[in-house]
Amino acid sequence: MSVLAHVLEAAGIATVVLSSIRPMAEKVAPPRALHCEFPLGRPLGRPNDPELQHDVLARAFALLEAPGGPVLVDHPLVIEADDAPAACSLPPRFDPTLPPCVDEANGLRKAYDRAVARRGVSAVGRAISADQVPAALGAFDAIAHGAAWTEVGLPGGNPVAVCHDISAYYEEAALELVDGPTPGGRAVQDWFYDRTEAGGTILAARAAMRDAGVKFPIWFYMTPGHR
Amino acid sequence: MMRQYAGGLPAPTFPDPAWVTPKPLAESTVAIVTSAALYAVGDEAFSAGDTSFRVIDRRRRDLVLGHWSPNFDHTGVALDLNVVFPIDRLEELAARGVIGAVSEQHISFAGNQPDDVATIRLDSGPAAAATLRAQGVDVALLTPV
Repeated sequence: MSVLAHVLEAAGIATVVLSSIRPMAEKVAPPRALHCEFPLGRPLGRPNDPELQHDVLARAFALLEAPGGPVLVDHPLVIEADDAPAACSLPPRFDPTLPPCVDEANGLRKAYDRAVARRGVSAVGRAISADQVPAALGAFDAIAHGAAWTEVGLPGGNPVAVCHDISAYYEEAALELVDGPTPGGRAVQDWFYDRTEAGGTILAARAAMRDAGVKFPIWFYMTPGHR
Repeated sequence: MMRQYAGGLPAPTFPDPAWVTPKPLAESTVAIVTSAALYAVGDEAFSAGDTSFRVIDRRRRDLVLGHWSPNFDHTGVALDLNVVFPIDRLEELAARGVIGAVSEQHISFAGNQPDDVATIRLDSGPAAAATLRAQGVDVALLTPV
């Protein structure tokens, strides 16, 4: 982002960066930056909080009045990413002949469909459709139980892209099911990996692929790096 | 943790940076430039390592987050587009006369670029700047994820 600010400024456009990684803003030194210590993925602070979003914009645009730069100012508010998984109910076991993760994904379909109907858009679809999520989880379940990833018929083919689709399917469904206030910056991701059968299955499949000597980029980027 | 990692990544430096003296905000046309890999439904998705950009029309709200990093929250934008792409906030500021106008077009890149960021510096970045200049953009607000 800060690199792009230099490029735009050189083309005659005045820029203001909302910085999220302070050492990077210090090193690349864009002309004007407001550093916001907010959860990564939420540069304006909080969803559905127009007042805070306007406060961030007002502080950012105020930097345009500086006579020279580089200018790097901190937003006074710090928002921590939640350290607890979101409270979000999961469907009960329905078909005990299926692997738990496949059963679970089938059970979440109605919530996912509600999310799509409400938003009109979904991030599922990089490699597979929502219809293929249960089958993809079945393939990861087989990998977790020792099958080679190249031989399980993974729909979509690319494990990293398929994992994006599965986590998007779960996260979008979760936003329809969550109890309590708007989930914080990492609450739904933590719910997915710590609470759901699907998250556990993907972590187990990823570990099995790592242990089987599969190439690093094929398994590593299936989940966040710290997992 | 991700912040610590990202803070240690290689960073290009700009020894002789450009500086634009902006005109008054109330007379400025403002555009959003995001690195969230947002794209409108029906437009081309971002591939992993994509160095190109998508143009987003001011009226579109059906935007998909196509970023390839699993290391940041993807639910904020699902709850409220404005937490990454504050287009409704800019429309409100224009209606109040705080900014001059909202650009008809906005720009979206994917944030995870190769370390030397050569393409964005020499090719796709200047092309995005030309797109914005053609829209009469005076000020760009850059929003990362």
